[in-house]
Amino acid sequence: MDIERIIRRRRRNDVLFALTGATITAAVLLVLGALAFTLVREGVSRLDLDFLRSYPSRRAERAGLLPAWVGSLLVMLVTGLTGIPLGIAAGVYLEEYTRKGWFASIIELNITNLAGVPSIVYGLMALGLFVYRFHLGPSVIAAGLTLALLVLPIVIVATRETLKSIPQNMREAAYALGATRWQVVRHHLLPYSAGGISTGVIIAMSRAIGETAPLIAIGAVAFVAFLPPVPYSADAFAVAREWAGSEQLSVVEAAVYPGVAWLGTSFTVVPIQMFNWISRPGDDFRANVAAAGIVLIVATIGLNAVAILIRHRMRRRIKW
Amino acid sequence: MVIGSPALMHAQPRDASADHRHGPDAPDAAMPAQASIKAQVKDFSFYYGQFQAVKNVSMTIREHKVTALIGPSGCGKTTLLRCFNRMHDLYPNTRYAGEIRLLPDGFNIVDRRVNPIEMRMRISMVFQKPNPFPKSIFENVAYGLRLRGVSSRSELAGRVEHALRGAALWEEVKDRLKKPGFDLSGGQQQRLCIARALAVDPEMILFDEPTSALDPIATAKIEELVHELKGRVTILIVTHNMQQAARVSDETAFMYLGELIEMDRTSKIFQNPSKQLTEQYITGHFG
Ligand SMILES: Nc1ncnc2c1ncn2[C@@H]1O[C@H](COP(=O)(O)OP(=O)(O)OP(=O)(O)O)[C@@H](O)[C@H]1O
Ligand SMILES: [Mg+2]
Repeated sequence: MDIERIIRRRRRNDVLFALTGATITAAVLLVLGALAFTLVREGVSRLDLDFLRSYPSRRAERAGLLPAWVGSLLVMLVTGLTGIPLGIAAGVYLEEYTRKGWFASIIELNITNLAGVPSIVYGLMALGLFVYRFHLGPSVIAAGLTLALLVLPIVIVATRETLKSIPQNMREAAYALGATRWQVVRHHLLPYSAGGISTGVIIAMSRAIGETAPLIAIGAVAFVAFLPPVPYSADAFAVAREWAGSEQLSVVEAAVYPGVAWLGTSFTVVPIQMFNWISRPGDDFRANVAAAGIVLIVATIGLNAVAILIRHRMRRRIKW
Repeated sequence: MVIGSPALMHAQPRDASADHRHGPDAPDAAMPAQASIKAQVKDFSFYYGQFQAVKNVSMTIREHKVTALIGPSGCGKTTLLRCFNRMHDLYPNTRYAGEIRLLPDGFNIVDRRVNPIEMRMRISMVFQKPNPFPKSIFENVAYGLRLRGVSSRSELAGRVEHALRGAALWEEVKDRLKKPGFDLSGGQQQRLCIARALAVDPEMILFDEPTSALDPIATAKIEELVHELKGRVTILIVTHNMQQAARVSDETAFMYLGELIEMDRTSKIFQNPSKQLTEQYITGHFG
């Protein structure tokens, strides 16, 4: 029968496609696995508590990652505290408050494009804006705000996409009960989209944590032998006096400056520290780079695991 | 629940008894005089952009009665229903003209100066497709009360139970109020939505084909419920199903291409309609 032949041929195509797909997947996994394996083999010997507790040094076996990972953490803190709320707010505004029209479409197009702009361009913009215009210098806050610019479009797009996936009849149900627009956002849309938004946020953050170029552009230093001052520590008060330009701090200055002194100090981050080690002549620092690479990858995988977990939990609770 | 506000004050009350014709030339005598009037629609039109979906409709909604809106698909039943709680305000390029006066206050629901939120606080709606919130059964019913500022645990609990009893759902869910509303069956979800609408003590409930997504048994339950509710609350119900209109409603309005063709007591509409178009529709000649 003709039909049988056709079916047989289709089945053959099916098997062929499945085989090709499996082969390619296996090849990719193999390459990734090999990379991870080399990284671990080279780096694991350096990776210990001392490595995380030590300052950089000219001697590879004594050089540590302390200022770098603390710097990464603080920069991400600033990025998270500014970029995430701003991005979510902008996404909610664009999706729920603006009237759809050509103007909204242009903004939408531009934001989507922004998400694809090379990060060095953000670095140049930040150099002009934060460093030169606002005189923030190559500081923790300048770096955090730079990366906030970078995550902003990703967070906005994720927020909008998630809001779009909430059925309109949910909004109508709430409005019909007499809710205001803000109540609909606050009581319904934000809670229902928490899963999708956090996934987007975490993906954006794990992109930001590995960024190097924009931070080099704003003048990040690679060799930092100190930690930003702990709020209200003696160091913080020293910085505060420097800012105030006098030995005597006013009440407001004494309350605020020592608390935020850490924002104004220069910093380094893990990828920049790695870049610095790589660019040294000789092989001494290879193990350090690999070890720092492991730290970075573990952090990223950790973030992604959290994203998957959140999404999974939300999925179970909310299904449209 | 009475929501006082300045917006309500400056709308002028109006003598309702002066004018309750139904459709162009329905005889006044056909209406039982004893039931008082809940809403008076007069020369009302509605536009989606340029398109006029409701054309110059005048009708009377009687208090504590069930009024059914019937007519072929696309004739504007849903559109008209959603004017009563200003649902169209959520979308751009929509326009109301004429008036829908809510009595006894007598202010015009569709007046731009009337805050739609106040309307929605007084008039509840049940949608075609059950749409519980992805929250617990309890929170679904409590939500409207919370919006109205009720926060005492015991008051919420009491009113939620009362509403769930009113929606004939209490016995089925009393042991799992904390469970998600989504876990209920379609018919139970729709009764949950009715409880949600009932909990806030509305003056009027709008139903848009509330049973079109349900099986016959669930449908029968909802119809029974509508029957029980009248006498306490004014009901406006859109239905595609003429048996349903005949079973649940006291009065029926027949719409065609955006116009109100005829409105009368349900028995009159189904046994002895005055308009040929109505007769053709109820005998299944079109639609
Ligand atoms: N959002 C909209 N924009 C433009 N036109 C609309 C919109 N919604 C409905 N219409 C039009 O208005 C008319 C009335 O629609 P409506 O949904 O009120 O009909 P209906 O009587 O409820 O029909 P059905 O019985 O199929 O639900 C139709 O011609 C429809 O195409
Ligand atoms: Mg409809």
